[in-house]
Amino acid sequence: MDFVPATNKEEKEMFTTIGINRIDQLFAGIAKEHRLKRELNLPAGLSEIELKREIESMAGKNRIYQTSFRGAGAYRHFIPSVVKHLVMRSEFYTAYTPYQAERSQGMLQSIYEYQTMICRLTGMDLANASMYDGASALAEAALMATRITEKKQVLLSSAVHPEYQATVKTYCHANDVKVVDLPFKTGTTDLKELKTLLNDNVGGVIIQNPNFFGSFEEIKEIAQLVHQIGAILIINVVEPTSLALIKSPGEQGADIVVGDGQSFGLPLNFGGPYIGFMATKTEYIRRIPGRLVGMTKDTQGRRAFVLTLQSREQHIRREKATSNICTNSALCALTVLVYLSTLGPKLRKVAELSMAKTHYLAKKLAKLPGIRLINSQNFYNEFVIRVKNSQTVLKKLRNQGIEGGVDLGNYYSQLKNHLLFCVTELNTKEEMDKIIKILN
Amino acid sequence: MKLIFEKSVPGQSSVSLPESDIGKIKIDQLLPKSKIRKELDLPSVNETDLVRHYTELSQRNFGVDQGFYPLGSCTMKYSPKVNEEMASLTGFTQIHPLSDDVDVQGALQLYYELEEFLKEITGFTAVSLQPAAGAHGEATGVMLMKAYFEDRSEKRTKILIPEAAHGTNPASSALCGFETVTIKSNSQGEVNLDDLKKNMNRETVGLMLTNPNTLGLFEKNIKKICQIVHHQGGLVYCDGANMNSMLGVTRPGDQGFDLIQLNLHKSFSTPHGGGGPGSGPVGVNKKLVPYLPVPRVKKNGNLYCRDYNHEKSIGKVKTFMGNFGVMVKAYTYIRALGGKGLKRAGQNSVLNANYLMKKLKPYFDLAFDKTCMHECVFSDKKQQLYGVTTLDIAKRLLDYGYHAPTIYFPMIVHGAIMIEPTETESKRTLDEFVEVMIKIANECRTKPELVKTAPHKMLVTRVDEVAAARNPNLKWEE
Repeated sequence: MDFVPATNKEEKEMFTTIGINRIDQLFAGIAKEHRLKRELNLPAGLSEIELKREIESMAGKNRIYQTSFRGAGAYRHFIPSVVKHLVMRSEFYTAYTPYQAERSQGMLQSIYEYQTMICRLTGMDLANASMYDGASALAEAALMATRITEKKQVLLSSAVHPEYQATVKTYCHANDVKVVDLPFKTGTTDLKELKTLLNDNVGGVIIQNPNFFGSFEEIKEIAQLVHQIGAILIINVVEPTSLALIKSPGEQGADIVVGDGQSFGLPLNFGGPYIGFMATKTEYIRRIPGRLVGMTKDTQGRRAFVLTLQSREQHIRREKATSNICTNSALCALTVLVYLSTLGPKLRKVAELSMAKTHYLAKKLAKLPGIRLINSQNFYNEFVIRVKNSQTVLKKLRNQGIEGGVDLGNYYSQLKNHLLFCVTELNTKEEMDKIIKILN
Repeated sequence: MKLIFEKSVPGQSSVSLPESDIGKIKIDQLLPKSKIRKELDLPSVNETDLVRHYTELSQRNFGVDQGFYPLGSCTMKYSPKVNEEMASLTGFTQIHPLSDDVDVQGALQLYYELEEFLKEITGFTAVSLQPAAGAHGEATGVMLMKAYFEDRSEKRTKILIPEAAHGTNPASSALCGFETVTIKSNSQGEVNLDDLKKNMNRETVGLMLTNPNTLGLFEKNIKKICQIVHHQGGLVYCDGANMNSMLGVTRPGDQGFDLIQLNLHKSFSTPHGGGGPGSGPVGVNKKLVPYLPVPRVKKNGNLYCRDYNHEKSIGKVKTFMGNFGVMVKAYTYIRALGGKGLKRAGQNSVLNANYLMKKLKPYFDLAFDKTCMHECVFSDKKQQLYGVTTLDIAKRLLDYGYHAPTIYFPMIVHGAIMIEPTETESKRTLDEFVEVMIKIANECRTKPELVKTAPHKMLVTRVDEVAAARNPNLKWEE
């Protein structure tokens, strides 16, 4: 299959129009030594029947766990059927970025609605049209904070998702921004350390809430400390269903809120595509990276939508742009929008179910011999337990068809034999009782 | 059209969730009241209205499935439906990125093989699939260049970028702290070698070059260009946005480039999704392999595994393994076409572009009159005589049921109209498009007002961009 419709006859006609005899003549401008003299060494092309057989067999080699307690930045939540059906309309997914406003009102309006949803959830004034994922959004937020404050240092809580930390460090290193680790103590960011590390050179402080260990941080108190020295507080939200339940980061003093929207209707997909969201205050409207859609009017006074404030962006401002981002995660933003429209205020029930079930499991596990619950503060839908041997625990569960938590020893040398468990509304009491039985 | 928020009726809903199976939930026993949110201001809509709302929005949009989309530099080819179906297999969608390697052998195999395919297609030593889009791949590439010089303890602060480059090139360089030096084009629309020689020195990491360039022209001096940069110890970066026309014909790795980013959503038919998600793999030659992002996927015997142990790696540019769902589509596409099919795709993208160029040449001013690769660039020079501009022509095309070409880019062509037909368009489609373009050229002469006030047949007329920027309204407030 090659999806090229031209017949031999048509190709000949086109040759004649152009004035060539052979297709090679079109490539005469490429030096002979640079022309590939053989066929690409790839598996031979396939018919659709063969293709499906081949790829379905690869998909079949992956193990799908019916029962899983693994989260850590990728969450299993219920996705109503209506979400995928609407998002898969090809008028959306085969379109390009909505630069031609008159023919792209659908996508533009959807982005405007998405921006509104993100603002409402985060309690912020404005949100952009999306970023690649939570980690790259966080990295861009760190750079944005240093541009606003003109101070090239950020404090990064070690209770931020380690893959996000790594991404922030990669971007900051490239930009000559110094990243200082802000340690945690018993599962939350150490405020004493924060006080010590805050000084006039710090442009931004990065806190995750709920943090990587599932615990809620003291955002209000942190915001006061950060603002005292005039730095920017960046709140990172990796599990955004939590926003339905807790006071918004905006209400608690955040200056920039970023996170990943995967929990809102996107399947696990082995890590992507997901979607980064970013929201901030009105005063930083010209500092935010990424696209923005605004509501305006057409020449006849009708409501219309358009990409706006593009003078921040790479295609206009080039090296002076607020970011290099072009393609973002538009279809995932649409997914988030449709998911949130479907759930509406019932998103709170998703959050309540997830949190209550998590506490149910944590309490029961903590009572088992040899298991200790580490979280000392309020936690949402993830928690950490210390066990005698993490690999033995995971293997026991695995043998019973259950995917256990993430082994934190992979990320933190001081957290060997610590497991991070996640529970969502999809986990049943039966499943939780089963793992308690297995581990008893 | 109303917003979803304006269709909200308290009490309506589109979702049913189960009751708690662990007894009544008392959140205030789990969380202090001071931390609990008071209201959640999301719309309440019934499922019928919800479906109609987003269906109507889709009908107010335009994709390749509705019609010809000759958007230059964006490679808006048809995306085979089988891609979508394969990416929707539960064996791919329901696996966790932090699952144990033994549980995700199929996914790791696909990842590994796709890297192998892209190595062969581009002629590079190694590929990383981690970046999420073209510009993300560019930034990753520039970070690799930076890491390479840091490792050699060389302090280089500048980067060379031709004036016709995509805006992402200078922006990606700035993201990595480099100062951009603009290189002029010559009268042929290619890199000016004298200007390159003058600016390439030991303070410069190298050159970012799009090939074929943004005028749709293959840089015929590519060998010399690479020599000039390499002679000063620099690296040559290939912006692979236009890879489509080179598939199976020529390989950037063989042309002398040191690294490349690909756009899987362009050349490899994973759709653009209305502006993403994409995937922007980077390919590198031997010099740059140690710096690639982690994890790398390795094959040990018959087992695939993730390897984080690369001391000189730049680290991570995003979470997990990149946009895996997009990779499944690109993998499906490459397996469907094979080497022969890819070459035919590349060749026919060039054939279609040259055919359009030849047919339109009598009616529109051609910026550079020579054989092009995958796209050709016209301008509004002839139409300006009647007071009609490129923007007007673009808007008029919408009335005839087409998407507009890329306009006002590259900036070195005043009033540029950049047309990229791709190989998946039939001759009939191209002929019909030519007829419409001729019709518009005639309208510019005979009824210029009609063109200047276009579009006339869309759901909205021209939108007020100035007002949108002056008083930004970025969210709905009741």
